[in-house]
Amino acid sequence: MKTRTLLAVLAATFLTATAHAQTLKVGALATLEGTYTALGEDGMRGLRLALSQANNMAGGREIEIIVAGTDASPDSAVRAARKVVEQDGVELLIGPLSGSEGIALRDYSKTQPHVTFINGISGAQETTFVDPSENFFRFNMDGAQWSAGLGEYIYNVKGYETIATIAEDYSFTYTQVLGLALGYCAAGGEITERIWVPLGTKDFASIIAALPDDVDALYLGLGGGDAVNFLNQYQQAGGDAQLVGGTIMVDGTVLSSKGDAKNALIGVPSSGPQADTWDDPNWQAFVKAYQDEFPPDQRFPSPSLMATGYYNATTAAVSCLNEVGGDLSDGQAAFRSCLSNLVLDAPNGEIKLDGNRQAIGTNFISEVVELEDGTLATQLVKIVPNVNQTLGIDPETFAGFGVPGRDVPECKSSY
Amino acid sequence: MADPAANGNTDSGGSRIGRVPAGYWLAGAFLLVVPSFASNFVMYQIFGWSFILGMISLSLMFLAGYGGMFSLAQMTVAGLAGYVVAICGTSAITDISQNWPWYINIPAALLIAAIFATIVGWLAVRTEGIYTIMITLAVASAFFYFTRQNYVLFNGFSGFNGIFPPQLFGVDWRNPIAFYYLALFWAVFWYLAVLYVSRSPMGLALQGIRDNPRRMAALGFDVTLHRVAAYTFAAFPAAIGGILLTWQSAQISPGTAGIGPVIDILVIAVIGGLRHPIGPFVGAFVYVILKSFSIDILVALGMAGERFQLLIGLGFLAIVFWSPDGLLGLWAKLRDLNRRDPLIGRLVRRL
Repeated sequence: MKTRTLLAVLAATFLTATAHAQTLKVGALATLEGTYTALGEDGMRGLRLALSQANNMAGGREIEIIVAGTDASPDSAVRAARKVVEQDGVELLIGPLSGSEGIALRDYSKTQPHVTFINGISGAQETTFVDPSENFFRFNMDGAQWSAGLGEYIYNVKGYETIATIAEDYSFTYTQVLGLALGYCAAGGEITERIWVPLGTKDFASIIAALPDDVDALYLGLGGGDAVNFLNQYQQAGGDAQLVGGTIMVDGTVLSSKGDAKNALIGVPSSGPQADTWDDPNWQAFVKAYQDEFPPDQRFPSPSLMATGYYNATTAAVSCLNEVGGDLSDGQAAFRSCLSNLVLDAPNGEIKLDGNRQAIGTNFISEVVELEDGTLATQLVKIVPNVNQTLGIDPETFAGFGVPGRDVPECKSSY
Repeated sequence: MADPAANGNTDSGGSRIGRVPAGYWLAGAFLLVVPSFASNFVMYQIFGWSFILGMISLSLMFLAGYGGMFSLAQMTVAGLAGYVVAICGTSAITDISQNWPWYINIPAALLIAAIFATIVGWLAVRTEGIYTIMITLAVASAFFYFTRQNYVLFNGFSGFNGIFPPQLFGVDWRNPIAFYYLALFWAVFWYLAVLYVSRSPMGLALQGIRDNPRRMAALGFDVTLHRVAAYTFAAFPAAIGGILLTWQSAQISPGTAGIGPVIDILVIAVIGGLRHPIGPFVGAFVYVILKSFSIDILVALGMAGERFQLLIGLGFLAIVFWSPDGLLGLWAKLRDLNRRDPLIGRLVRRL
């Protein structure tokens, strides 16, 4: 009973949220616990790099970052977003990282029309394709766009005529497999089996035992700790099939992991919004800035796509804030219209937004190589420019496939 | 029970209402006026979430504190109720949701949760101590993995989103003020209900069974039946909590009742204290505060925000270390400090 009154005093101390007129409060959401922790931390590095390049100022206002951690579940994303928006009173939110979180935040953003949401790196298709939100902007491509060109490449160049897919069981990887399947099946390939494993799986023994051995290659759509665990156990089980990597399978977070497991990835083709060793000066400058900003033991050898994604989102916000002079009045109208029309000269190629505020950008087909210093990196094989959300397919036909899922889309040579 | 409040009032005279200590009136009045000064976030997330977690934890406190049965399946009962509301009611997953009106789907959720809890109880009462924890944890993780891999009914990893409370009496119950009062009402309701049941013949028999099951059996009480009935009763606060939780975040997915949250409910009950129904609410409040603000505290201290889990863990460790009886125990210790005879070190009654 008296505990209650004591708590009342305690509660009263944090009830009043203070707001400074000068500083601009920006919320940052990333996965700081669970299987995607390493990815979330690198995302935060990308955000900090962009801010430090802008001297922590945008449009004449100092930026105050308020970080909130999630565990990749939609619940935790909405709770974290609610905390920074409703308690800390941020005017702008950058995040989240993971697919299902993005869908949850799109829905939440509709209830907070006065705040602008800029996606971190989450890549579920639904987020901007189905029922998009007016104040939710995404400067990264979705999982299907990141697969653009990979299907054709592995069929035509690598000659894999049949594949099976093993991927995490949630919206982002559904979207990745959709992008793969559209290209691959149209080129003439066949996906014989799609195996879905729960996010955060640690023991892959039963899955490895059930892998089909009559296919030309296995497509792996795993990420973070799951990817490393799978590779370890797959090698121990003596697996030696040809592999094809999903975007986060061959990301810096996996390629820089400890142990030998990652060596199974050498030579593996994959695709995504960046290629580590691309010689474009813009990209090289970004990599150097990343390496200079953080000490070697606190970063990856080269920025992961999480870092790039958060960097791009933050840069977009900063450049538009500069353009409107930090003026966020009138429901942030000027700022949002700037974002919608922005052509972002990003390190990984030019990015512009479509009518759903979804990025149209460049996709990179790459293969994993071992560099001279023994580290692994992705080497560019082919650039696919101007990839839009429907992958160049007529929007109506594309919408007809339905929401990406375990069996969507079917593998057909024409649609 | 060591706490006099849990055993009914020992002092005599006065009406029932007159015997309620002043602290209760103060706390009650404070909670009623919170919306007049608190921000939406504080009402909806801090207090709303505390009440909900408190209710789910209360069902564990009832089983553990009065019945000596540490059931880790209470969050699962809550999750199941949330799932039933999503499946029978309206959600964005139109292929599965049945769109039944609230007066069917809410009773259905309560009923199914109660049946489920009864079955779990019926399985678990045959075990004691650590084995009860293990069997209920097994049920909880089986439920988690089942919902994550079942697509026909539970829609797998993504679960259900777009679940909103019914617009009853023309009120939008997701509005922070309305939701605050809704959660407060049910929290107080179940707090009083648990207090009442604990003093009823059934509750007293349950406490007797906790202390000495063989003697109670010899006295003619059906030990198993009482324990199973306790599980059934405890299902209701958990189920209401689960439904409110689903409405609060407008979604339910396997992670809602995953292993983490299941353990969290135990942690909440333990840090609050298992001796009195107020304990789980105190614990839930502390938990929510730590969960929401520990990252800010770290950043304010100039440390990396990524390590916020460490602070949460240390907070829990400190509470459990200094007071194995939770915050309530700590409070009792402080209160008893000046009532202790300095010579014999025992409690003395001041007249």
